[in-house]
Amino acid sequence: MARKKIREYDSKRLLKEHFKRLSGRDLPIKSAQVTESTDFNELAEKEPWLSSAKLVVKPDMLFGKRGKSGLVALNLDLDQVADFVQQRLGKDVEMGGCKGPITTFIIEPFIPHDQEFYLNIVSERLGCSISFSECGGIEIEENWDKVKTIFVPTGATFTSEVCAPLVATIPLEIKGEIEEFIQSAFALFQDLDFTFLEMNPFTLVDGKPYPLDMRGELDDTAAFKNFKKWGDIEFPMPFGRVMSSTESFVHGLDEKTSASLKFTVLNPEGRIWTMVAGGGASVIYADTVGDLGYASELGNYAEYSGAPNEDEVLQYARVVIDCATSNPDGHKRALVIGGGIANFTDVAATFNGIIRALKEKESKLKAARMNIYVRRGGPNYQRGLAKMRALGEEIGIPIEVYGPEATMTGICKQAIECITAAA
Amino acid sequence: MATGQLFSRTTQALFYNYKQLPIQRMLDFDFLCGRELPSVAGIINPGAEGFQKLFFGQEEIAIPVHSTIEAACAAHPTADVFINFASFRSAAASSMAALKQPTVRVVAIIAEGVPEADAKQLIAYARANNKVVIGPATVGGIQAGAFKIGDTAGTIDNIIACKLYRPGSVGFVSKSGGMSNELYNSIARVTDGIYEGIAIGGDVFPGSTLSDHVLRFNNIPQVKMIVVLGELGGRDEYSLVEALKQGKVSKPVVAWVSGTCAQLFKSEVQFGHAGAKSGGEMESAQAKNQALKDAGAVVPTSYEAFETAIKETFEKLVEEGKISSVKEFTPPQIPEDLNIAIKSGKVRAPTHIISTISDDRGEEPCYAGVPMSSIVEQGYGVGDVISLLWFKRSLPRYCTHFIEICIMLCADHGPCVSGAHNTIVTARAGKDLVSSLVSGLLTIGPRFGGAIDDAARYFKDAYDRGLTPYEFVESMKKKGIRVPGIGHRIKRGDNRDKRVELLQLFARTHFPSVKYMEYAVQVETYTLSKANNLVLNVDGAIGSLFLDLLAGSGMFTKQEIDEIVGIGYLNGLFVLARSIGLIGHTFDQKRLKQPLYRHPWEDVLYSK
Repeated sequence: MARKKIREYDSKRLLKEHFKRLSGRDLPIKSAQVTESTDFNELAEKEPWLSSAKLVVKPDMLFGKRGKSGLVALNLDLDQVADFVQQRLGKDVEMGGCKGPITTFIIEPFIPHDQEFYLNIVSERLGCSISFSECGGIEIEENWDKVKTIFVPTGATFTSEVCAPLVATIPLEIKGEIEEFIQSAFALFQDLDFTFLEMNPFTLVDGKPYPLDMRGELDDTAAFKNFKKWGDIEFPMPFGRVMSSTESFVHGLDEKTSASLKFTVLNPEGRIWTMVAGGGASVIYADTVGDLGYASELGNYAEYSGAPNEDEVLQYARVVIDCATSNPDGHKRALVIGGGIANFTDVAATFNGIIRALKEKESKLKAARMNIYVRRGGPNYQRGLAKMRALGEEIGIPIEVYGPEATMTGICKQAIECITAAA
Repeated sequence: MATGQLFSRTTQALFYNYKQLPIQRMLDFDFLCGRELPSVAGIINPGAEGFQKLFFGQEEIAIPVHSTIEAACAAHPTADVFINFASFRSAAASSMAALKQPTVRVVAIIAEGVPEADAKQLIAYARANNKVVIGPATVGGIQAGAFKIGDTAGTIDNIIACKLYRPGSVGFVSKSGGMSNELYNSIARVTDGIYEGIAIGGDVFPGSTLSDHVLRFNNIPQVKMIVVLGELGGRDEYSLVEALKQGKVSKPVVAWVSGTCAQLFKSEVQFGHAGAKSGGEMESAQAKNQALKDAGAVVPTSYEAFETAIKETFEKLVEEGKISSVKEFTPPQIPEDLNIAIKSGKVRAPTHIISTISDDRGEEPCYAGVPMSSIVEQGYGVGDVISLLWFKRSLPRYCTHFIEICIMLCADHGPCVSGAHNTIVTARAGKDLVSSLVSGLLTIGPRFGGAIDDAARYFKDAYDRGLTPYEFVESMKKKGIRVPGIGHRIKRGDNRDKRVELLQLFARTHFPSVKYMEYAVQVETYTLSKANNLVLNVDGAIGSLFLDLLAGSGMFTKQEIDEIVGIGYLNGLFVLARSIGLIGHTFDQKRLKQPLYRHPWEDVLYSK
C-alpha cells in the first residue's frame, strides 16, 4: 500500500530506461545487482564492462550513510568486488538502530569526479518540491544552507522560469545541461508515479549528468497504470524487518486473501497479546497498552480486517495463540481479543474461527495461565459475544466479554491489571 | 474549502456505480430522520439507464439511473453531493468529471488505493474551484438527522443507539472510517451526540484534511465542541496545530493521534492505512499529540482516557450554559428486510420454486447429490450425467453407454430434414446461434423426431396387454394411426437401417433382457409382410430398447417407468442429440458465409 521504497538498482534502471523515452537523450548509466543467487561469471558475461572498468560496490538495502559506515568500496576490479561481497553477504549490520543481514549489493563503474550535485524531488499535498545544490555528497547536511528549493504546484508546467532559482548560480557552460536534466528528471518522476527521488550526488561525465547515488520511492497504488513501465520491480521490506516463521506464515495467508491479516511479534516474552479486528482499532490497542505504561509486556501487533473467512481466521488465530502461549513461566498472561464497533462485518461469523482455535489450544492456554478479554460491537455482536462467554464456561478459561456499551480499550487496562496482580 | 455546512435535511446526492446496500442504508437513514426527500436523487451506472427500485420506509421508490455523470447532473441540478463507489482504478477519472460539473459541490470517494498523483489532481482542482473532496479510502460521513454518505455509521441499530437520527452538539473528524463508528458510540455515551462526523480517509493526501473540517465545524453555530482522531504519518495534524495557535478555532477541541506504538517496532512500519507510516520524528503520534496539546487542544494521556476527556469538555460546556437541550423524538421503526428477518428466525416465507436434480450452493455443484469432482475423477460420461440429471440415479455403465450411443446416432441426419433445413435457413438470415438452433428444434414433434416416445408408448401398451403383433397392428389401423417406429423412406426389408442393427447388437450383448425389442421385431416381421418399407426404424428401435433398459436394469418401479414414458423423456434424447447437429449446421453456414436463403419461384406451385 502506498509509498514504497525501491532499491537503488531499480531507481537507476527506471531512470536509464525512461530518460531516453521522455527526453530523447541517453544517460550512460551502468549498474549490476548482486544477491545470494548471483554467479559472478554469468554476470560478467552479461555486463562486459564489469571486467574492464574499475568498480564501486555497496549494499543496496534501503539504508543510507553507507559511505560514512565504511560499506562502500571504491576502485576495485571484479575479483576484489566478489571478495568484498563474499565477506559481507548475509552478515548482520546495524544501521540507525535496525539490525539485519545484507542481502543485495549494487556494482557500478568507478567514476572519479570533482563535482557533486544534489537533486531531490518530493511529492507533497499541493504539488512537488524540488531541491538542488552544487554542494552535494555526504556533506550535504553540513551544507544545507546552499540547498535551493522550489515548489511546483499540481498541474503547473515546469518551465525554465520556474526552474531558474535552482540553477541561478551555476556556471554558464553547464547550466543548460543541468537545467535540462532537472526538467527531465521531474518529468520522469511524474510519469512513473515516483513519490520521492533523490540523487546525492550526481556528477557530470563528459559533460553529461551521471547519478552516483540514488534513492527512490514509488506509489504502489499506481501499479495498475505502470505494469509495463516499472517492469520487474521489487518492493523490499524495510531494512531490519526480518520475519520469523510465524510472521511469514501469516504474511503468506495475507497475500492469498482479499482480507487483511497482519502479525508482528514485538516481544516473544511479553505477557499481553492482542488479536484485534480493524486497521485503525488494532493500532489503538497496541498504543493503549504502551500508553498505560506496559509497552515492555506487549507481545505483538495483530490485525485482521476486510472480512476474512472462518478458515482464514482459524489459521490466523492458531498462530497468535501459539506465540502467546509459548514457554509458560507460571505467571499470568492476557490475550486481548478486541475490536471497534464494526460497520458491516458479521461479528458472530468472524468469532467462529477464533473460538475454534481457542478450543483446539485449550491445554496450551491453561498451561500459560491465559486470561482472555473480549470486546467487540457491530452486526450480530450479541450472538458472537454469547458464544465467547459460553466458550469460557466450556473450556474453563477465565474470559471477560464486553460489547459496545464498554469503551474500546477498557480491556487493555484489565489485561494490565491481570498480569500485574499478585500471582 | 467552503465554510460551514456541507449538508442539510434536503441535501440530495448522485450515487456513482450502483450498489444496492449502501443506497438502501442511506434511504433507511433518511426515513429514520423523518426526511421527506430521499437523499439519493439519481444513480449513475456507466452504460445503463432506467430505474432502480429501492425502499423508502415501507414504500418502494424508483430512483432514476443515468449512464453518464453529465446526464445525471443535468437531470438533477439540485443534487450537489457526488458519492463515488467506483473502483480504485476508475475513481479518480469519475471524481474529476464530477468536480467539473457546476452543480456538484462535494465529492466523496470510497475506493482505497487511488494513486497519489491522481488524488493530488483532484485536490488541486477542488481548491481552485471551491469544492470539497472527502476521501479517498473512506466510509464517508454523516450529518446527524440530515444526511448520510453510503455505509457510514453501520447498522440501523447502531445509528439508533448513537442517536444519529437527530443532531447533537459535537463535530467529529477522523482519518479512520472504522474508528469513526466507534467514536460515534463514545461521543453518544458522554455528550448529547454528533452534529456532524467526517472520516477523511487513510491516504497520504486525503482530499480534505482534519483541519479543513475543524475550521468548517468552527463556523457551524450548532457545533459546540470538536473531536479529532488523527493518526501517525504525514503532517496534516500540524495544519490544525497552526490553526489552533493562530486562534482560528474558538471552540474546544479534544484530540488524539493514534500510533504511539510505532516506536515499539524495530524497523520502519506501515500500518493498514496508506498514510499511517512511521517516518520522521515530526510524523510520530507522540510528537503530534504533544504539538496539539501545546497548541491548546485537550489531549488525553492515552486513547483509553479519550472518552473521559470528551465527557469533561462537554460537561464544562453544559455548566457554562453553552449547550441547549436537544429535542428528543422516537424515530420510526424501519421495516425489516425479509431476508434478514428470515435469517434471524422471526418470520418464514414460502418458496416459489422447488428443484430436486442439482444444487449449486455448496463448495462445488452437485448433480443428484454427486459432486462435480467425483463426476470428473471417476471418468463419468455424458450418459452418466444424463442419468443423474434426468433419472436422478447412477445407472449401470451399460445403460449410460446405450444413452450415449443413442445420442451419437441421432446427432444429425443431413441438411434436408426439417430441423436442419430450418436451422440453415435461419442461420442464412443472419440470426444468432440460439435462434438458428431453436428454429430447427421447433420442428421436432409428431412428424419429425417425435416418434420415439410414441413408439415406446404403443409398444409398451401392446406388449403389457399381451396383444399379438397382428392384433396390435390391426387395432392401430382401425384407429387410423400409423404404427410409430415402423416405416422408412428408403430402407427396406432387405436393406436394414445400419443404426438399428448396431443398437440391437449392443442391446443383445449387454442388456439382461430385450423383451420389448423382440416384440418390436415381431411387429416388424408382420408389417414387412404388408409392405417392404415397413421396417423397424431408429425411433422404434430406441423406443423399444429404452423400455428394455428401464425394465431390465431393475432400478425403476413400474410406476416410474410409466411416468418416464408418459412425460416424454425419450424425445428428450432426440432433442439433445439433434441439437449437436443443428449447432453444427449453424456454424457451417456461418463459416461458408451463405447469403439469405430465398426459395425459388419455380419451385412453388402458385395456384388458386
